[in-house]
Amino acid sequence: MESDVELLARLRAGDESAFVGLVGRYQGSLLRVARTFVPSDAVAEEVVQDTWMGVVRGVDRFEGRSSFKTWLFRILVNRARTSGVREHRHVSVDPTEPAVSPDRFDGSGAWAEPVTPWESDVDDRLVAAAWGPLLREAIDALPDRQRDVVLLRDVEGLPSEDVCDVLGITEGNQRVLLHRGRSRLRTALESELETRGR
Amino acid sequence: MVLLRRRDELVCQQVVELVSDYLEGALPRSERRRFERHLRGCPNCSAYLEQMRVTIATTGRLTPGDLSPEARDEFTELFRSWRADGGTDSGDGGGGAPDGIG
Repeated sequence: MESDVELLARLRAGDESAFVGLVGRYQGSLLRVARTFVPSDAVAEEVVQDTWMGVVRGVDRFEGRSSFKTWLFRILVNRARTSGVREHRHVSVDPTEPAVSPDRFDGSGAWAEPVTPWESDVDDRLVAAAWGPLLREAIDALPDRQRDVVLLRDVEGLPSEDVCDVLGITEGNQRVLLHRGRSRLRTALESELETRGR
Repeated sequence: MVLLRRRDELVCQQVVELVSDYLEGALPRSERRRFERHLRGCPNCSAYLEQMRVTIATTGRLTPGDLSPEARDEFTELFRSWRADGGTDSGDGGGGAPDGIG
């Protein structure tokens, strides 16, 4: 697969297929993140379209000090903030949300029942393909702030300092949100595996 | 032989709350040692940590859905109009892209 840098080089040269390639790569995540800032899907789509316009018009000024992804999501969040109603900066974290339901532990804080190891077949493409839609659903069901952090950090793979920078949150908050989000995703996968009656 | 019980050993319920900090390399050294000591003696928490690794790895391998042919056409059109209208040199057209100069 062509890298972002290669696509950008072609985009600079005015190649429209490179632009469509980048859109295909990031449209889903951009819409998901935008939607957590604005009140409707329609506004999210406008913000994302506006972001792409910013990319086309600003690509010659992009100096590569950050990755393309970080630049892209920074543009998105800036635009979303100006059209959104939600003030994203204020992050309150619910300190009471446990990673694992308390009833899974005994009185001493040890696991009440053994934890079933998952088969190490995650690299099996079939397994990943089967889990993909389920994970997408679980990500979409996350609370907004957890979803933003999981999308940027784990789906898009931004470094944590870039995630903090883009979202305007502290390292500490970012880690808590990431922890909550990942824990929920694990729980979703676990229940699916149990439902399938392994 | 009696193993000395160290003070402040972590219990499983605490370990699951430290997993992300551990994986992000954000635990202070002493905390990290306590965490790893617990793991060595606890197959359940080891399995849990592995589940979290699998969760994160699988999340990182999600692939974007394909654009519909209509969306491809729409963005191709938009691209042409943005290039035609203002081009890439317009000083304010991009609304001040953050990585740009000034």
